[in-house]
Amino acid sequence: MSTRLPPVDVVLVGFGWTAAIIGHELTEAGLDVLALERGKFRDTIPDFAPTHMQDELRYAVRRALFERPARETLSFRNSVDQTALPMRHLGSFLPAAGVGGAGVHWNGQTWRFLPEDFVVRSHTIERYGKNFIPADMTIQDWGVTYAELEPYYDKFEYLCGISGTAGNINGTIHPGGNPFEGPRQRGYPLPPLTRSFMTEKFQAAATEAGFQPFPCPAANTSEPYKNPLGVQMGKCTYCGYCEWFACGNYSKSSPQTTILPVLLAKKNFSYRTECDVTKVNLDSSGKRATGVTYVDAEGKAFEQPAELVILCAFAQHNAHLMLLSGIGKPYDPKAGTGVVGRNYAYQITSSVDVFQDDIVNPFMGAGALGQAIDEFNGDNFDHAPYGFIGGGYIALWNTGGRPIDQQTSVPEGTPKWGGAWKRARAENYLSAMSIATHGSVMSYRDSYLDLDPTYRDIYGNPLLRMTFDFHPNEHKMSRFLTDKAALIAEAMKPRSMKKNYREGHYSIVPYQTTHNTGGAAMGTDRSTSAVNRYLQSWDVPNVFVLGTTVFPQNHGYNPTGTVGALAFWAADAIRSKYLKAQGPLVQA
Amino acid sequence: MHPRVAPDATAHDPIDPDAILIPRLDRRRWLIGTIGSLTLGGLVMRSRAAAAPVSANPPKAATLPLEPEPHRLVFFDPGEAAFIDAAVARLIPADALGPGAVEAGVTMFIDHQLAGPFGRAADWYMQGPWAHGTKEQGYQRRRTPAEVYRAAIVAIDNNTRKSPGKVFAALAGAEQDDLLHALEDGKLDLGDVSAKTFFMLLWQNTQEGFFADPIYLGNQGFAGWKLIGYPGPRYNYDGAIRDFGQAYPLPTVGLMGRDPSRQPKGPL
Repeated sequence: MSTRLPPVDVVLVGFGWTAAIIGHELTEAGLDVLALERGKFRDTIPDFAPTHMQDELRYAVRRALFERPARETLSFRNSVDQTALPMRHLGSFLPAAGVGGAGVHWNGQTWRFLPEDFVVRSHTIERYGKNFIPADMTIQDWGVTYAELEPYYDKFEYLCGISGTAGNINGTIHPGGNPFEGPRQRGYPLPPLTRSFMTEKFQAAATEAGFQPFPCPAANTSEPYKNPLGVQMGKCTYCGYCEWFACGNYSKSSPQTTILPVLLAKKNFSYRTECDVTKVNLDSSGKRATGVTYVDAEGKAFEQPAELVILCAFAQHNAHLMLLSGIGKPYDPKAGTGVVGRNYAYQITSSVDVFQDDIVNPFMGAGALGQAIDEFNGDNFDHAPYGFIGGGYIALWNTGGRPIDQQTSVPEGTPKWGGAWKRARAENYLSAMSIATHGSVMSYRDSYLDLDPTYRDIYGNPLLRMTFDFHPNEHKMSRFLTDKAALIAEAMKPRSMKKNYREGHYSIVPYQTTHNTGGAAMGTDRSTSAVNRYLQSWDVPNVFVLGTTVFPQNHGYNPTGTVGALAFWAADAIRSKYLKAQGPLVQA
Repeated sequence: MHPRVAPDATAHDPIDPDAILIPRLDRRRWLIGTIGSLTLGGLVMRSRAAAAPVSANPPKAATLPLEPEPHRLVFFDPGEAAFIDAAVARLIPADALGPGAVEAGVTMFIDHQLAGPFGRAADWYMQGPWAHGTKEQGYQRRRTPAEVYRAAIVAIDNNTRKSPGKVFAALAGAEQDDLLHALEDGKLDLGDVSAKTFFMLLWQNTQEGFFADPIYLGNQGFAGWKLIGYPGPRYNYDGAIRDFGQAYPLPTVGLMGRDPSRQPKGPL
């Protein structure tokens, strides 16, 4: 039995980055917007104060800012012939819970995808021929181009106050920036972050190795910044507690530091916390959403009617909700039909550790303080000799030096514990560095999401089931990237180095990255995509789906820049098209 | 800034939180206990304030802000604590470089962690059915971390009592190392407890206790941080980040500052 509440124009499921953006844009258009968030309210004051936030055990190790599997998890298997088992505690990826979502605990690494990434299928066929794409690989074009998204990338970057050096302004290559990036209409709003000793070392070594290094674009403010909404941010102090922490200094872009001061003051915006949305309700035709059902912290169920339902939860949670609600046809890997759950993807990471003797003070850093090279991302190089699709950036991130689980690497051959291990930690903590690779993962016929037949969540609903493994294309690509990273490591003339290839099956246990994608791909063909190019459900046109859920495959960059751009893109389509003629924005 | 909600969305019967949370404690005592644990980062602790009835011996207001006393074990019994002391002394030994895990208070750290939400697996999905999976699928056993420790310590001590005839803590260092290696490699049969799982937990928790902020009772005297040169959580390196190749000059601090009288004390 649920209590029926007064209707609103728009209900947002989740209250992270995408909900904050779309909430702001649609309230500007005069709509009444309500956000429902499963976690708690939190803000810089008092929740993020540095006096308690810089606590590695509580936040990084015990996962204080993330979802609790006791309340929400998924089941996992590598392949369809296995039985999926529940992810009992967090590991490989860390979805957030709470207002601001992952925008609170991210590092701030804010990239654009390459122009070729958005047309990866047609571009690959054009350059390498159809046979270059493995038979089981289901990559597809996005249905939106880089040129179309450029103004929205720009909007997100100026909202956030990104620090960086532009490499390509309107087609003119600028020295010091990323020469491989797509053309941008103007430079970054802020200059790059201050370089540390280790990022200087990467700069010198990568240059010596023949590459073109540049400062990574950062949602950590290199200088004080007032964004276009009039919200003020402060200069980053390089305290080294971005990743998995919240910033107490107004220096990391998040919904709290860029949008909420404006959005929460609006009379036509409201939000409710500790509300788990369990279903999007459809009318008897199944083609129109009437609102959502949610359960509050006391276990009471409510029906919230709305004219427009926008899914703004974490990647796989959006797909889960669509499956539970019957929005779109579920994907069937045997027949290769259906779209919801299709094309789940991830990223593949590896590293090369560098041991040398200069003190580099790893604890002085920022989440997106880094230098990178982009020679081996996307299709920035000729893939023909290598026989794989995709790529990634190679970067030295100076994120921080947390002693329990961040700056822990010791040279090869060191015993795993005991006196020799202790000596190695003492000798290398202040001077070790690590070069990371961040590789794309293509989509495949056998990598997908569906509902688990056995395991249930706290409401008795089936858990989402993830079936995923790395494929030979990704192993080959990651090995290639790791060997290129080793060239830079060698140019640093270290006393020793350690190559950490990513090999074997994908494991849900060790942390890798929270860049989960897919499950409701966007596209131009409704037989292979769940939402159209405006992120509107093909089947239920008053439902829009935001976030990485709509990525048709995952490319070689952190996804938040693209997530932000797509949120502005969808908001613009709703304001300029959907509100004028409610219905499908693309005729199938 | 308050959320605006539909009038009936949060309507509920008024409840008295004390009546539910602390049926047998007076409110003042509960409040002091709460303040104590909040100050200590949410850690469940038995501070003196919470352990002794306030009305019996009311502390003077001026002395209320933390006058720490040594903490007592709240999870391990003395035999279990002796096992942990012996094991962590092999994992991170005291040597010429400085204190080891025992001296840093790691046993007390693990003890308190196991008594709290971590030990109870409070955040974990613990619904069945229970099945053994692949290593890629992660932990699939019914036991919480606290239960793993308890069962493993008994099993290991039973094992070494048979041969060579002593509990683990009474073995020579080299024998203890051999046994720890056997656990690490999964070569010791502990019945229905996984030796590897126990070793991984123990080693992970030992490092946590050695390097976490002293508010959690390990890393006493900043032993772990001083060993490696980490100066503790600090707010501002703007400027210092350009002092290339220079050791950071300011002394080590924790979340409670660096005055030893403000740090919680272990059992030393």
